[in-house]
Amino acid sequence: MAGQDVLLKVENITKRFGGIVAVDHVSLEVKRGEIISIIGPNGAGKTTVFNMLTGVYEVDEGTIIFRGKEIQNQKPGSIVAAGISRTFQNIRLFSDLRVIENVLIGAHIRTNYHFFQSIFRTKKFRKEEDKVTEEAIRLLKSIDLDHRRDEYASNLPYGEQRKLEIARAIATGACLILLDEPAAGMNPQESAELMEFIYKLRDQGYTILMIEHDMSVVMNVSDRIYVIDHGKPIASGLPREIADNPKVIEAYLGGGQKGA
Amino acid sequence: MEKTEKREKRHLLHEAELFADRNKKILVALLMAVLIVLPMALNNQYLLTVAVKIGSYVIFALGLNVLTGYTGLVSLGHAGFVAVGAYTSSLLAVKMGMNFFGATILGMVVAGLVGVLLGLPTLRVTGTYLSIITLGFGEIVKMIAMNWTPVTNGTLGVKNIPKPSLFGIDLTISNYGLYYLMLVLLLAATLFCIALLRSKSGRAMQAIRADELAGVMMGINTTAYKILAFVISACICAMGGSLYSTLIGYIDPNTFNFDVSTLILSVVILGGMGTIRGMFVGAALLIAFPEVSRFLMEYRFVLYGVILVVMMRFRPQGILGWRSTLPYRLSPEVQKRVEQADQDKPLNLWQKDED
Repeated sequence: MAGQDVLLKVENITKRFGGIVAVDHVSLEVKRGEIISIIGPNGAGKTTVFNMLTGVYEVDEGTIIFRGKEIQNQKPGSIVAAGISRTFQNIRLFSDLRVIENVLIGAHIRTNYHFFQSIFRTKKFRKEEDKVTEEAIRLLKSIDLDHRRDEYASNLPYGEQRKLEIARAIATGACLILLDEPAAGMNPQESAELMEFIYKLRDQGYTILMIEHDMSVVMNVSDRIYVIDHGKPIASGLPREIADNPKVIEAYLGGGQKGA
Repeated sequence: MEKTEKREKRHLLHEAELFADRNKKILVALLMAVLIVLPMALNNQYLLTVAVKIGSYVIFALGLNVLTGYTGLVSLGHAGFVAVGAYTSSLLAVKMGMNFFGATILGMVVAGLVGVLLGLPTLRVTGTYLSIITLGFGEIVKMIAMNWTPVTNGTLGVKNIPKPSLFGIDLTISNYGLYYLMLVLLLAATLFCIALLRSKSGRAMQAIRADELAGVMMGINTTAYKILAFVISACICAMGGSLYSTLIGYIDPNTFNFDVSTLILSVVILGGMGTIRGMFVGAALLIAFPEVSRFLMEYRFVLYGVILVVMMRFRPQGILGWRSTLPYRLSPEVQKRVEQADQDKPLNLWQKDED
């Protein structure tokens, strides 16, 4: 019964690009309601892990078990439907569409009508469309983005674009949200707001797995941390343990030096 | 300075859009009235023929717009789909005496199937490469029309395409029937495009245009939607092609050459990619221009090119290609519910039922 609240269990996943092993037997475990961070120097293979989790890349070895089912090498669409959604390191919004349309596209797989129902504007279509639109607005309200509802995504300030990307990921109905460097490019004030936002998500019942470079964010919000270097897992544990781990310090600062 | 000017312009646009939106019903009724009275007012066969030709091109442009404007796939061979529709329906009419409406629907079905075939390469090819494939497609259709003589009558073309007939009355230019038929088909195509755009299918297509990978990550089956865009685009163009062939009464392989493909694409770009209003203005300008500038003789095509170049330099989004400044339209039901919505626990709505 202890395994009950393990949401995601990744065992020994490996990815090779030609002769290069980008991710080498990485394992992780995420329990429901946790905030987990993956850290590591640039090029360590963190985003590659995300790409395998979301079905963008095929997994060469290993298994990914989500809610008790193996999901490795499934199509991205079925992984989203299973309940994993993500954001991107470099923001990838639908920039020439409105904020609300971005969220509605996020809700695509939960919008239940088919093509002909939408062309003939049937009752079913209107009911479904009303339902997702209302949900989209309430989602925007809950994250203080509703005043931007009609704005085009490209016109939003940076911090709000990040927020919208997370909103779009939530709109898919996923319960595990993967955040790829959510604090990248943010100033300390924005990072602090982001942390608040992440806590809020967790309190609403979401589970967060994130890649982050900003140590103040990572050390503050994470329940546990996994460290990857050159594709290999080098450490994992509580933030405090990671901060003192000599291997981690070495990976970040280079051999022979001691962390401050 | 420039900034305030821009803001002022935007403000003006907003006012205009607000005005149009508030008086939408009146304006639409007015426009419809003008379009209905137009043939009586013109009472000129030549001008009416031009009007129907413009209408056909609006339909072609609406078709291409689904693919290029919404989905972001540029096609350089859309005359191919027009040809498939025109040939199928006119051959059925001429050789088998089929009614225009049945023949048109069959033409659309055939074009739709061809659309699936042409959509398949989109699984692997994107961008410029896809455009080259569509370019090849247009040429292939032309070659088939030219060389499959037993069916298409080769370079001699299809002659004496009958006018559509409804309850025993032939719809011609002189009894305005063909013009009204064009209006009905155009209205159908326009309403279809509006409905498509404001549905999850339309949003999925726009997501593909904006960022395909992000679309995939939202669970959109991008392959299916790209093929759907090809099929819809092909069907609309085939419908227009059928109308066009009965208008001119004679088609041959050269009726649907590369120039037609570029003309359709020019209409879409000039009018404003991804908009519906733009297709009307683009087609009206580009089809009417060669007619009104006949006095310029060959030079008109030079001027034609110059206009396009200048447009791309100063208004690349197209004449009517602005982003709407109006708020996203909510149904009254949603508006009401949002206003009374409980703001305390909205996020919980988004949670799937946990087992």
